[in-house]
Amino acid sequence: MALTIGDLTVSYRQQGRWLDVVREVSLSIQPGQTYGLVGESGSGKTTLALAVMRYLGEHGRIRQGTIELAGLNLLTLDEASLVRARRDLIRLVPQNPQSSLNPSMRIGEQVAETLPGLSESEGKRRVLALLSSVRLPDPERVMQSYPHQLSGGMLQRVMIAMALSGEPALLILDEPTTNLDATTEAAILDLIRDLIRARRTAVLYVSHSLSLISQLCERVAVLYAGELVEDAPVGELFQRPLHPYTQGLLDSVPRIGQNKRAAELRPIPGQIPRAGERPPGCVFAPRCHLANALCEQARPPLDTPGEGRRVRCHRWPEIAAGAVGANQIVERYGFRVHAPTRQRTTHSAPPVVLAVTHLQKRFPVRRTLGEWLNARPPRQIEAVRGVDLEISRGRTLGLVGESGSGKTTVARCIIGLSERSGGEVALLDIPLAPSIAQRAPDLLRRLQMVLQNPDEALNPYLNVGEILGRPLQKLAGYAPADAARGVSRLLEAVKLDPATAARLPGQLSGGEKQRVAIARAFATRPDLILFDEPVSALDMSVQAAILNLIAELQRESRHSVLLISHDLAVVGYLADEVIVMYLGRAMEVARTEDIFTPPHHPYTEALLSAIPVMPRPGESPLTRAQPIHLDGDIPSPMDAPAGCPFHTRCPRSLGEICARQEPPWQVGQNGRRVFCHIPLDDLEKAQRTNSDREPRVDF
Amino acid sequence: MADEGAPPFLSVLYAQAASAFGTSVVLLFLFVAVFGPLFAPYSPTQQIASEARQPPSPQHWFGADRLGRDVFSRVVYGARDIISLAGLGSLLAVIAGTLFGLISGYRGGLFDELLFRLFDAFLSLPSLLLALLLLGTLGPSRNSVLIVIVFVYTPIVARVVRSVVLGVRHKGFIEAAQMRGEAGWYILFREILPSVLPALAVEAALRFSYAIFLVSSLGFLGVGVQPPNPDWGLMVSEGRNTISLTPWALYFPVGAISLLVIGVNLMADGVRRALQGEA
Repeated sequence: MALTIGDLTVSYRQQGRWLDVVREVSLSIQPGQTYGLVGESGSGKTTLALAVMRYLGEHGRIRQGTIELAGLNLLTLDEASLVRARRDLIRLVPQNPQSSLNPSMRIGEQVAETLPGLSESEGKRRVLALLSSVRLPDPERVMQSYPHQLSGGMLQRVMIAMALSGEPALLILDEPTTNLDATTEAAILDLIRDLIRARRTAVLYVSHSLSLISQLCERVAVLYAGELVEDAPVGELFQRPLHPYTQGLLDSVPRIGQNKRAAELRPIPGQIPRAGERPPGCVFAPRCHLANALCEQARPPLDTPGEGRRVRCHRWPEIAAGAVGANQIVERYGFRVHAPTRQRTTHSAPPVVLAVTHLQKRFPVRRTLGEWLNARPPRQIEAVRGVDLEISRGRTLGLVGESGSGKTTVARCIIGLSERSGGEVALLDIPLAPSIAQRAPDLLRRLQMVLQNPDEALNPYLNVGEILGRPLQKLAGYAPADAARGVSRLLEAVKLDPATAARLPGQLSGGEKQRVAIARAFATRPDLILFDEPVSALDMSVQAAILNLIAELQRESRHSVLLISHDLAVVGYLADEVIVMYLGRAMEVARTEDIFTPPHHPYTEALLSAIPVMPRPGESPLTRAQPIHLDGDIPSPMDAPAGCPFHTRCPRSLGEICARQEPPWQVGQNGRRVFCHIPLDDLEKAQRTNSDREPRVDF
Repeated sequence: MADEGAPPFLSVLYAQAASAFGTSVVLLFLFVAVFGPLFAPYSPTQQIASEARQPPSPQHWFGADRLGRDVFSRVVYGARDIISLAGLGSLLAVIAGTLFGLISGYRGGLFDELLFRLFDAFLSLPSLLLALLLLGTLGPSRNSVLIVIVFVYTPIVARVVRSVVLGVRHKGFIEAAQMRGEAGWYILFREILPSVLPALAVEAALRFSYAIFLVSSLGFLGVGVQPPNPDWGLMVSEGRNTISLTPWALYFPVGAISLLVIGVNLMADGVRRALQGEA
């Protein structure tokens, strides 16, 4: 065994009390094995990883248990040997490479620090070799660069290179791709997979995302509120989860191709208990749909339902036998066709609520003193370069793209928080002024937006009643005396207790804050609500409930929605139509039903292939066929490529013509439009041959 | 927790020994300032020639100075003077600084740039030097001292307020207010001001303690409050000349200044901790 954790309990001191954050967790990793540790925030996964390195600080301590690494008992080591063990045996790739690298040192020097005792020329050779091994283009230049000159993806490669210098017995990856874009994430995962395959290092991969973990790990341990609730080989965990929490996690994120019209998501009610507020019985009992009296009283033992599986649940035999929750499992894994259930048949087309034509947004870049003295012309960032869109009453349009694609800027220009540089925006045929300050109150009422980060969207010093009462009085015409009743109704509409009105945002959980933010946008009965990444800041088990709420409110009040997200599954679940954006331009427009089937724009194809594919039982993710991944990073919008903006990274590029000439809008079936030089038939043919790894088939 | 009823502010300040001491001192001085005339045995300017230079005794608790004035009564009346002057001055500076900081920080642009470069220019001068320059043109009087305090401390308060505003200005809740079409004053005072208050409370207490220093320093230099007013700084200045004859006429006003300034600072520290604990 490379790493053995036995019966580990870790406590933190909070206001003088020691609270168990990790409780009696055991697991062991063999050399060459990749072990996933999955859990939401508050599950104790990071604490567990820190405990392995004994980096708990003065407010944390290991109350009981053992940690053995390569035959060394880490808990009894003295300080000097511990420092040596950390140096020689353990490597950590952190979540945020920007803050882990010294901004005032060149990359080459920092990598060389991990290779002590080498001569200068030998050291330089080794650093170059390491940097090339993580597939950094132009490693010579990277060596000479400072961290701020490299992109997040490149920095993470540098961190991985540093982690792989020497021969560590254990490599800890703590959410290494969480801050990266989808296509960059896929490339980093590829790299990590290849490196692991080539070595005999034990790997502990910590993540909040089950689907990410399934891309790399052979085994997965699921943590909930500090306890290990399930532990299984990855394929079995996905196909036959035994713990209701694991089932809930799998249910609570929409799958590719799953749409709100076909079925509601199944959220896990409630929220993760805080340390010190744990229930006496099973920690998951208060949120579990299968909990009975026994679950509430007695803490379940960690059972072994089969070879290599562990589960901490009283009712796992019934779940395994299919006696309870069975229909959920069948429904979950049956392939869902889009049943046209709630599709309304209307005789005339519904009115267009929002029409945007050729929207442009340029941000001026401040000149540096040198540029100013040399009389260089000011530069501009072209964030949005001519986007057209249209939303009819009661419909949802999804805007998908990576960071830098301009999708948020489109929304901000529509609402008027940013002034557009060109193009027209009309709401119900009324042209909208570029700035929100010039718009009439009635137009403000009709157009609302739910902002990205619920922590910042609510004023921390106003209570929920004041936050919701104000738009009711200001725009919805409520008298001050009626506002309290209106607030209660709003809170009920978003499934919150009316007593929440008296609380401050700081006393609410992330999901509750987002509900209040949605209620505030909904308060004025708008015709169109813009949602900017409505679930990206939330824990997984809460996301489903928010997505359901958005769909339900829309079903009832028939407003239109513009949904902005980087997550194709979220957009696919809520939207009727999707626009894929890249570098400020639309690349493809299609109905949601069609976006997942060829012919795709090559960029859409890459986005789709970056979506994790669920493993089958007995399959090791390390040996699976590789999806198509893009090279390099998104070019800076300051000097966007000529011709097709995607040609610099396009795996299907035709060469000259793509770099020179702007592609045409090709029109396909069902109004699908693709911005590409390659004829749709050719695209379809090429993409069909890849269809055995089309993601939806696996669900 | 707000839903359990906000804890009385004093009990938070008394939770810790240091801030409890500071708060007690400040309350004691406030009491003396308000009710001093009721228990001060003499008028501050009354000269009893026969009792001049007497050391502390039951008749003159703090002794009598070289002109035969009761030092205790002068310290008591002086508390009234200095607390009202420093208190009013710092209050006005806090109000003016808050307005400048809120408006300038929220509006930004050229207005903000010009105003704060000007403030930076003021801040680059030592406050005492700036005060002396101003008093030189205004002429020494109580009102001049008041104007000086406001003038010297407004830029400092404005800078603190502006830094908080800049941190809040682009947050979602401000954009949400803009989406409702709220007027500028509503956003400034209803949405932004609450975020500024914790920092402002601490800054106000600090300004108060520095204003006490400033008033005393100006009195000591002879350009502030004029004789025969019982100003602490003035008393120190006069007592200094006769330190070998009547040391008590020097030590008691010096002690009063030190004690009040230390008290206000410890209280400010408690205020900061209390507000941070709540947020």
